[in-house]
Amino acid sequence: MADAATNVDTSQMKVSDEVAISIQKMNKWFGNFHVLRDIDLTVFRGERIVICGPSGSGKSTLIRCINALEEHQAGTIEVDGTLLSSDLKNIDKIRSEVGMCFQHFNLFPHLTILENCTLAPIWVRKIPKKEAEETAMHFLAKVKIPEQADKYPGQLSGGQQQRVAIARSLCMRPRIMLFDEPTSALDPEMIKEVLDTMIELAEEGMTMLCVTHEMGFARQVANRVIFMDAGQIVEQNEPEEFFSNPKSDRTKLFLSQILGH
Amino acid sequence: MSDMHAHSVAFVQETQIPPAPPPARETGVIKWMRENLFSGWFNTILTLVALYIVIRLVVGVFPWFVNGVWDADSIRECRDILQGQVGACFAVLVDRWDHLLFGFQYPADGYWRPVLAFILLIGAAMPALFYMYIPSRFLIATALYPFVAYWLLWGGSLWVPIFVLAAIIATGLIFKLVEGMNVQARTMIAALVGIVAGLGLAYLLYLGAKELWFISESVGSSGGFATIASLLFKAFSIFTFVFFVPMGIFVGYAIYQSAEDGGLVTVVTSLFAIYVMLAYLLGPVSGAINSIIPIELEPVPSRDMGGFMLCMMLGTVCVSLSIPLGIVLALGRQSKMPLIKGVCVVFIEFVRGVPLITLLFVANVMLAYFFPPGSGLDLFLRVVIMITMFSSAYIAEVIRGGLAALPKGQYEAADSLGLNYTQATRLIILPQALKISIPGIVNVAVGLFKDTTLVSVISMFDIVGMIRGPIQQSTDWISVYWELYGFAALCFFVICYGISQYSQWLERQLQTDHR
Repeated sequence: MADAATNVDTSQMKVSDEVAISIQKMNKWFGNFHVLRDIDLTVFRGERIVICGPSGSGKSTLIRCINALEEHQAGTIEVDGTLLSSDLKNIDKIRSEVGMCFQHFNLFPHLTILENCTLAPIWVRKIPKKEAEETAMHFLAKVKIPEQADKYPGQLSGGQQQRVAIARSLCMRPRIMLFDEPTSALDPEMIKEVLDTMIELAEEGMTMLCVTHEMGFARQVANRVIFMDAGQIVEQNEPEEFFSNPKSDRTKLFLSQILGH
Repeated sequence: MSDMHAHSVAFVQETQIPPAPPPARETGVIKWMRENLFSGWFNTILTLVALYIVIRLVVGVFPWFVNGVWDADSIRECRDILQGQVGACFAVLVDRWDHLLFGFQYPADGYWRPVLAFILLIGAAMPALFYMYIPSRFLIATALYPFVAYWLLWGGSLWVPIFVLAAIIATGLIFKLVEGMNVQARTMIAALVGIVAGLGLAYLLYLGAKELWFISESVGSSGGFATIASLLFKAFSIFTFVFFVPMGIFVGYAIYQSAEDGGLVTVVTSLFAIYVMLAYLLGPVSGAINSIIPIELEPVPSRDMGGFMLCMMLGTVCVSLSIPLGIVLALGRQSKMPLIKGVCVVFIEFVRGVPLITLLFVANVMLAYFFPPGSGLDLFLRVVIMITMFSSAYIAEVIRGGLAALPKGQYEAADSLGLNYTQATRLIILPQALKISIPGIVNVAVGLFKDTTLVSVISMFDIVGMIRGPIQQSTDWISVYWELYGFAALCFFVICYGISQYSQWLERQLQTDHR
């Protein structure tokens, strides 16, 4: 586990009482399998939430429901005041406000790094190409790979690809970022460079929901840790409390297993 | 550390070993020959046998080539010149050159037209084939080419293709106009179009029902099969009779209802517009302009097209139509909408299940029955429709393979960035899926191109039709086979090998996964 030894600057990391995401009594089934059960979750603007739990507990599905990559069957999800329904216009609106990074990066292999970053701003936001390229270079510089702009994703290392994926999302100027196990497919050496980028984002006050097993990251950056098991939110707390004094037995078992070695 | 180790296992590499060239016997021709030709006793034998066969072939064919007669008026004259020696009679190619290329009915003083059309084809195809090197504004040449080529090949008034082009542009403008309208104006259009389309559809179904009843009556009831067929047609007819009014109302209402988001009404209005323009305005308007400013070439009917030119025409038109149609079918087959998916699946499976020759016979004979006499589609067009349908079904399946090969993450990434279906498909999914499908598409395209010779069975005189018919049945060139079919094979080989080389080059161009 990469112990991010970076000092985190908390000056900008304020949580407002404006609601960014509000999920109420949300349920989801895959066929007959009840994946998410009565999920209630309110995320405030500026919050950094780490979601952990054993595999199959529904944590990825939960954040994928937020930008409608998965459809929920009962309950409501409201993102930035827009109700997520089957209305395609609402879905597209929410998706353009919510950035997402995937475990396997999912960069577009047939486009250069720069084109990956400018595609959505040009086509969804209708921003002129030149301006979109400037924005893209700004964010590529921010994730510290501006010199790779003209290469193709296949020519980059995993860590670099994930940083491009983050830059690609940021180019849409999202108000919320979702991370679905962003470091799980990376070599240990590369995990740190991705986590550093994410910490930097947090320091700027981005609202983040992050499914990860990086407990060092959770401790340093998160202001809330959510533990899920069998489709339910079992426990949520501030990181200090969560790690030092877990309440439920399931959480204790999970923590002892991932922190035990 | 146990005591059994006398010295420490600790080790530090302090120098970088410089790269060295490989040993001499691992490079060059000798290595290649040793590895590829003589790598074992079995391969050595194979190499020697192959070498023997190659030498025998060359020795056998070489005199045939060298002794070839290029200047003679008939096969008998060839034999006289050869005086019993082995030798080809290439004179047939010289004598019938025009017929092999253009067919025997194309007006001889107009041969420059297909030649010019072919040269222009090369120019017009460049911007599309080498799109990464040629600025996209040159694609306008590609878009205009079909109209120019039509005029050159079929002749007639230049105003006809110009009017068709203008009608297409006008339809595009109408599409934009209706799409951009406010809801009230569009509701009025939708009501109007809905009524006309509903009535039209109901009337067509009514006619169809009557026709089915007529067929059922004329099939009669003599014998079990006829009875079953007759009953089936009756059942279809009654079904259509019952539903022609509700179907009309349903479709009309659906169009009216679409006024709000504008999808269906926009498409139907545009289709109406282009139908009216082409069916009622094309003849009079282009005729009128032509009487004022006549620009005409001698008209050539489709029946007079022939030779390799016909193969090229069919091949070019059908390949360029069947790729877009194949893409649409492949996407339709992946659609979540059951109706669209169903139509695509049925179309693909039906067309793939029928031999091309059957479809061509249908084009030649059957389609004439479906159209009122006199207004029947041109034979060339009918053949194009059939070949395009046939190859687009195959291309659709090839592209479906490409779509299936894309990781799900690509769709998700496109979705998560807020791209809509059209954008995601056009910008993310298709470029990658088509790239994967290139070998398969080229396979179908090459096959299609060679299948154009099948039109010789419905008495069109393509290059094979010409050879089998007018040339070999003439008394001058009876029983000349090798030279003629060899020439036809060479023509096809040049084009197909070109396509294949282009596709391999394109695959290399699109390779992005390493430096």
